[in-house]
Amino acid sequence: MCFAVWPLASAFRSSAVTNTLARTGVIRPDPKDPSPLRIDEVLVRKMVVLFIRDEVAKAGLKRAVVGVSGGIDSALAVALAAEALGPERVLGLFTPYRTSSEESRRHARELAKMFRFRLEEVPITKQIDAYFADNDGDVAGRIRVGNKMARERKSIEYDRSWPDGIVIGTSNKTELLLGYGTQFGDMAAGINPIGDLYKTQVREVALHVGIPPQILRKPPTAELWEGQTDEDELGFTYAEADLILYHMVDRRLSPRELIASGFDEKLVGKIREMVRRSHYKRVMPLIAKLSLRTVGHDFLYPRDWESD
Amino acid sequence: MSAIRVAIAQCSPALGAVKRNLEMHRQWIARARDAGARLIVFPELSLTGYYLKDLAADVACAVDDPLLAPLAEASRDLDVSAGFVERSRDAKLHIAQGYWSKGKLVHVHRKVYLPTYGIFDDGRYFGPGDRFETFPSAGGSAGIAICEDLWHVSVPYLYASAGAAIVLCPSASPGRGVAEGGDLGTAESCRLMDRFYAQYLTVYLVYVNRVGHEDGIAFWGGSEVVAPDGTVVARAPEFDEHLLVGEIDPDLVARERARNPLLRDERDDLVLRGLAARLGLPLERRD
Repeated sequence: MCFAVWPLASAFRSSAVTNTLARTGVIRPDPKDPSPLRIDEVLVRKMVVLFIRDEVAKAGLKRAVVGVSGGIDSALAVALAAEALGPERVLGLFTPYRTSSEESRRHARELAKMFRFRLEEVPITKQIDAYFADNDGDVAGRIRVGNKMARERKSIEYDRSWPDGIVIGTSNKTELLLGYGTQFGDMAAGINPIGDLYKTQVREVALHVGIPPQILRKPPTAELWEGQTDEDELGFTYAEADLILYHMVDRRLSPRELIASGFDEKLVGKIREMVRRSHYKRVMPLIAKLSLRTVGHDFLYPRDWESD
Repeated sequence: MSAIRVAIAQCSPALGAVKRNLEMHRQWIARARDAGARLIVFPELSLTGYYLKDLAADVACAVDDPLLAPLAEASRDLDVSAGFVERSRDAKLHIAQGYWSKGKLVHVHRKVYLPTYGIFDDGRYFGPGDRFETFPSAGGSAGIAICEDLWHVSVPYLYASAGAAIVLCPSASPGRGVAEGGDLGTAESCRLMDRFYAQYLTVYLVYVNRVGHEDGIAFWGGSEVVAPDGTVVARAPEFDEHLLVGEIDPDLVARERARNPLLRDERDDLVLRGLAARLGLPLERRD
């Protein structure tokens, strides 16, 4: 847990010439150059705050509910929600399981104090353990327990959002693209303010809005079991994944072109396959097309459909 | 003809709520009147919102629909240009921008270039317009280029070569590209276009963009009036609603065209001959 394994893209701020090239679309993919991930934090903050304010109002709602884990993604989401709506309209929920760390609780509380939103603690140990005691017990395995926890947390967030609150999503672009999240669990939300920011970009913006360094620096973890870290589980770093995803998704480079530019062939293949296999998680459930007009197929109304 | 004030309504229309938007237009028109404007221009699809999808058919109306009467009424003492979904006589849907003057709808431009890529799907829901016509506006001869229309170099060129002194560009431009450097990629591109067209076609470029969000997409604002000498006469802030007022001065157009007679020297005949030859079209000389 140091800046060496978790580098700030700003540490690689590129020359003016490279910037101009980046802005005009001439990007040279280079595994050693993370500068294309650079974003303008001031602009992003402004756009996200306006997004939250506008879309909450269009949904006819007044408040926001955010699951605050003590990690950097939910820290940024809750800070921006408080800025957009006013802290009095934001409810943070810290929902620990027995394996959650004391450090996470401390960090969640620090955030609540710093950004002046109300934080409530709702433990989920009892219901998770009761469920697995009655169903499959230990053979369930840690993935199923982790998924169950993620969905339990979201179920609590939705419950606490009633009647006039929206659930704020905290999945970043890296997680969404890799499918590194639980469908209808942590991936579920009314709106997601940070879903177009790669993990390394989340870190840049979080630094800008004043998320404390102890939260910025700790290794990302879903705390699905003790000692878990995202990067250990994934088998690559966010810095590596973000750069590959940026060139592949944002810049539409093919795996072949990335490999020719010096990116690791195995890693590119693995990431490309994770994106492909998880695509079902990023779209609405498929509906069997039968009638003349079908939800999702050819009944296509905007979500922000307003009335006179 | 003396200089006139043009107002730009950098507003945030409600998606699909036409009556609410009509009331919103009435308020902005009143503000423009108070500011001494002779013309107010609203953004693309200002009466309906932009990402309509299937709503397009629900909110469409004919050019003589009584729904539009309040705009005609409001145009008795200042000209009004606003966007709506036009249902043509043969029931095609178009993204249209009307121009009302002295109580009448005097010009309609149908968006020709319907982007259907990336975050756009205009071509799925609308039919394309088929002409670029100039018309007399409060500030002199004008042409309308709706959003994507302006990205095609031929459009402002055709207007300028037909004698337009003003190109009105009502837009619904989504902001994107938050790379390092302090400005949106789209904002940079639009400003480059506005200034280039204004200066090299020696016209006033009136760029009218909206603000607000639709389904998670932000419209970035940044409306501006750019003069034929390339100077920015007025520019609105990004992302916030704003009534922008700028001056359009026909004398400046005349001075700039005297100093920089690019249009006078333009060889439209060579352009036409080149295109005709390439497309295999007959080209008859008219005496």
